[in-house]
Amino acid sequence: MDALRRTLLKGAGATGAIAAAMAAGVLRPSQVLAADINRAAFEAKDIAGALKAAGATNVADSTAIAIKAPDIAENGAVVPIEISSSLPNTVSLSVLVDKNPFPLTSSFEFANGAVPEMSLRVKMGQTAMVEALARTADGKHFIAKKEVKVTVGGCGG
Amino acid sequence: MSMNRREFLQLLAAASAAGFALDSRELLAAQGGPRVDGLYGLPRFGNVHFLHFTDCHAQLLPIYFREPNVNLGIGAAAGKAPHLVGEHLLKAFGIKPRSSEAHAFTCLDFAEASKTYGKVGGFAHLATLVKRLRASRPGALLLDGGDTWQGSATALWSRGQDMVDACKLLGVDMMTPHWELTYGAERVKEIVEKDLKGKMEFLAQNIKTTDFGDAVFQPYAMREMNGVPVAVIGQGFPYTPIANPRYLIPDWTMGIQDEDMQKVVNEARGKGAQVVVVLSHNGMDVDLKMASRVTGIDAILGGHTHDGVPAPSVVKNAGGRTLVMNSGSNGKFLSVLDFDVRGGKIQGFRYKLLPVFANLLPADAEMAAFIDKVRAPHRAKLEEKLAVSEGLLYRRGNFNGSWDQLILDALMETKGAQIAFSPGFRWGTSILPGQAITFEHVMDQTAITYPYSTLTDMSGATIKDILEDVCDNLFNADPYKQQGGDMVRVGGMRYTCDPNAAMGSRIRDMRLGDAPIEANKTYKVAGWAPVAEGAQGEPVWDVVATWLRDKKTVAPRKPNMPKLVGMAGNPGIA
Repeated sequence: MDALRRTLLKGAGATGAIAAAMAAGVLRPSQVLAADINRAAFEAKDIAGALKAAGATNVADSTAIAIKAPDIAENGAVVPIEISSSLPNTVSLSVLVDKNPFPLTSSFEFANGAVPEMSLRVKMGQTAMVEALARTADGKHFIAKKEVKVTVGGCGG
Repeated sequence: MSMNRREFLQLLAAASAAGFALDSRELLAAQGGPRVDGLYGLPRFGNVHFLHFTDCHAQLLPIYFREPNVNLGIGAAAGKAPHLVGEHLLKAFGIKPRSSEAHAFTCLDFAEASKTYGKVGGFAHLATLVKRLRASRPGALLLDGGDTWQGSATALWSRGQDMVDACKLLGVDMMTPHWELTYGAERVKEIVEKDLKGKMEFLAQNIKTTDFGDAVFQPYAMREMNGVPVAVIGQGFPYTPIANPRYLIPDWTMGIQDEDMQKVVNEARGKGAQVVVVLSHNGMDVDLKMASRVTGIDAILGGHTHDGVPAPSVVKNAGGRTLVMNSGSNGKFLSVLDFDVRGGKIQGFRYKLLPVFANLLPADAEMAAFIDKVRAPHRAKLEEKLAVSEGLLYRRGNFNGSWDQLILDALMETKGAQIAFSPGFRWGTSILPGQAITFEHVMDQTAITYPYSTLTDMSGATIKDILEDVCDNLFNADPYKQQGGDMVRVGGMRYTCDPNAAMGSRIRDMRLGDAPIEANKTYKVAGWAPVAEGAQGEPVWDVVATWLRDKKTVAPRKPNMPKLVGMAGNPGIA
């Protein structure tokens, strides 16, 4: 089963996967081409700046955004993170890491009722808060946070 | 002269402590009277039975093992099991001072009491106990919490094979891993697929492939026991890829994954499990937190932190209550957990953590013969007497042990280092004053697949960063951010530790002699067990063995301990 899935994916390749996502309406071509990327938000050097540039004011804490991330990262260079939102009409999810030089790591838009779930890997140089920002269709912003510890390792019992 | 039983026993204990040739069997029997019989003749309760041992660290023969004198609980964990040591533990669990159980569960009067009560553990003695308990508990499952294939010379030299075969002979039904994984992914897969298939379940719900998150091993197993469907879920040590070399299991990811644990529990319940037990290598603090978050688990039989806890902790959660146990280490204990299940529900339970006194349990002949066979080709090397220890050598304790101090001293002297680090491992057998240290004893402290000793130039700033990092793995207020080992042992350098402080400010006043450690100055630091790939260096067991052969007699070691801040009155200090 797993082996078959790997073979299929190898055959399809990354281009195929993205084409499929576009066909399913998950990604708009503009995102794929990064044409309308919010540069100011991505270049902000702290969370407050990134939120401001993203137009996220009056951000409310929400338990409807789930963050699945390790409590301690196995490798700070590739920390696996899964974000999902059960807020009605979620149209955008962004991931920020507060101690990163540029906290906004990624931003995804969900069109045509696509299920707001995503997984990605982020680089983290030190223990930090991973923050997941959601925007709903009415323009409101919600956030959830989880601390991920980055350690040098060794010395376990 | 009239003497009541208590006086008689005190006399016996005193006589024994004074070095009279008393048979400890006689003493143990006299002391407990019918209770000793009751100890191993534990009457059956209910109809669902689990036997559990954990963290035996490949100790096939009976050994001495001293429990910690320092096991600090921080924040919400302060003063609660498992963070109780010495007299605090006796008091909390109502154990009589100087009794056999007091000796098993605490470090009190360890050297003297060891002469009285003898060695503990040993697979041949454990086998006898398991057979007895199985005879009284038909259908009982024997669970092994892991750290079984590592910790001895013969286990290392056979890449775990001696322990795999011993566990099959013992009749282990299910296990979960930690140090097993340090033989590398291929070796583990080979054993699971060739040796264990159809004989023993190797369970771990929290080991997935790094690419797609597919399960690497079976997450859980179901059995029908005396008409009751039961499920056992495996939970390997979540931080193996961090605490041990990542390169040994490059394609596997772990972590606590309690959302996934909940899914597995729900699935097992959905399939009709009336009893759900987690066989865990989380460590007890992590188990306690997991029990508060995941619902539907009846009991967590845990290990990793090597806590011998006489009674279960009962944790409330949204779905009810979960029992959390930790069954000690080094083959010293066997957990017996009985459930009375009627009408599809648990009506009651009994639990006992039985110390395995080798003098009270005759060796099982078949297991003894197997152990002899395993050791025969290596006997001369194993039994080489390197030196005599004048003092007690032990490892357990949050900050240091006399065995670790010996390793630190050997490293510093041999390598010409100013400072030495030794990992905060919790395994490693104890040596009584006057006992000869054999090569096997050295391997008991050091037998790992990455034994390289190193000498590194480190800045004062780096030294502080390392100490802070390891200290946070021990004292982070959130158990999910702890790794379950002890503080790195430090030789040559004094420091102050404030466990309650935040990460980055727990370590203070580092000094070499009287001079403060300077952030920008470079120091020669010896160490061993590097987790980075490509590390090299003489195996630490050779460094220590050579040093011991030169010394011939080793004076008592005084462990270098940090000055502690804010820990006065903490019952985690004996």
